[in-house]
Amino acid sequence: MSVQALERLKAQFGDAIRATHAQHGDETAIVDPAQIVEICRFLHDEPGLGFDMLVDVTCVDTLGLDKREQGRFEVVYHLLSTQSGRRLRIKAPIDEGENGENPEIDSVMPIWKGANWFEREAWDMFGVRFRGHPDLRRILLYEEFIGHPLRKDYPKDRRQPLVRRDFS
Amino acid sequence: MALEFYSTRLQEAVNWARKYSLFQYPFVTACCGMEFMAVWGPKYDIGRFGAEFPRFSPRQADLLIVVGTITERQGPVLRRVWEQMCEPKWVIAFGVCASTGGFYQNYSAMPGCDQVIPVDIYIPGCPPRPEQVLDGLLMLQDKIKKGEGWVQQREKREHEAQLRAKGKLPVVS
Repeated sequence: MSVQALERLKAQFGDAIRATHAQHGDETAIVDPAQIVEICRFLHDEPGLGFDMLVDVTCVDTLGLDKREQGRFEVVYHLLSTQSGRRLRIKAPIDEGENGENPEIDSVMPIWKGANWFEREAWDMFGVRFRGHPDLRRILLYEEFIGHPLRKDYPKDRRQPLVRRDFS
Repeated sequence: MALEFYSTRLQEAVNWARKYSLFQYPFVTACCGMEFMAVWGPKYDIGRFGAEFPRFSPRQADLLIVVGTITERQGPVLRRVWEQMCEPKWVIAFGVCASTGGFYQNYSAMPGCDQVIPVDIYIPGCPPRPEQVLDGLLMLQDKIKKGEGWVQQREKREHEAQLRAKGKLPVVS
């Protein structure tokens, strides 16, 4: 159980921890995206917490949801402590720029190197820019692809073919 | 007359030989591959129909079997594999994904491999039963015998165009 981790987070960062909940052994903290690196550093380094493994970084597009909190996108980090076996989920809500620029958040690669490909995937699928990422290219789709297909406003029937038959 | 009779009969004999010695190149991308192995294995034994030998180079094959989902990103690869095969060549779309894209309707899956290469036989099913595949193979053999494969028909069109250019065939409007 990571309830204790949530308490320590709140004690350390105060208002930067916007909300927490813990249901059925499923602990989540919704945090200020501007401080994501400091928070992750604390969770990684602090004795007694030691979340040394980044299980996943992904993103949620909340476009069209009624219960939207602030920000269109939610970057979600799943952490695991291999020492204690405890897990923790961190959510960082971020928004697009005013002119539809890609949303930005700091990369957590300085803390967990494994974030490299996860962040590339989130960029590929959702168009979230990770500041400080050394190699933010598409990872699954091809370079010629335009747009980010897991966004809710990407039309499901849009095809972006690389080749088509030019003979009959 | 004698020469034409001879050449058409010769073509039939050649096609008869071709249909019983198909060298296949399995382009396996997905779960249909399991069913393809069943077709190939001893129980259903596609070897009974002369299509036993998979060549793992397209340059040695004359039957391309597209087994499984083709994504847009794989399109250029599939096209190049097809282009590397020597003519005459035939293509079977194995399973519903290779035929039409199947249940995938999204940004990444190609709606059927006939978007990039010409397909002679479509075998539906998710995955198709081995019997269906053997049935499809027999239909392909029938097509080969009649000279109705895509490449064969193109060859025929080109041949007739040459004959017309030489004035040996009447020009149809």
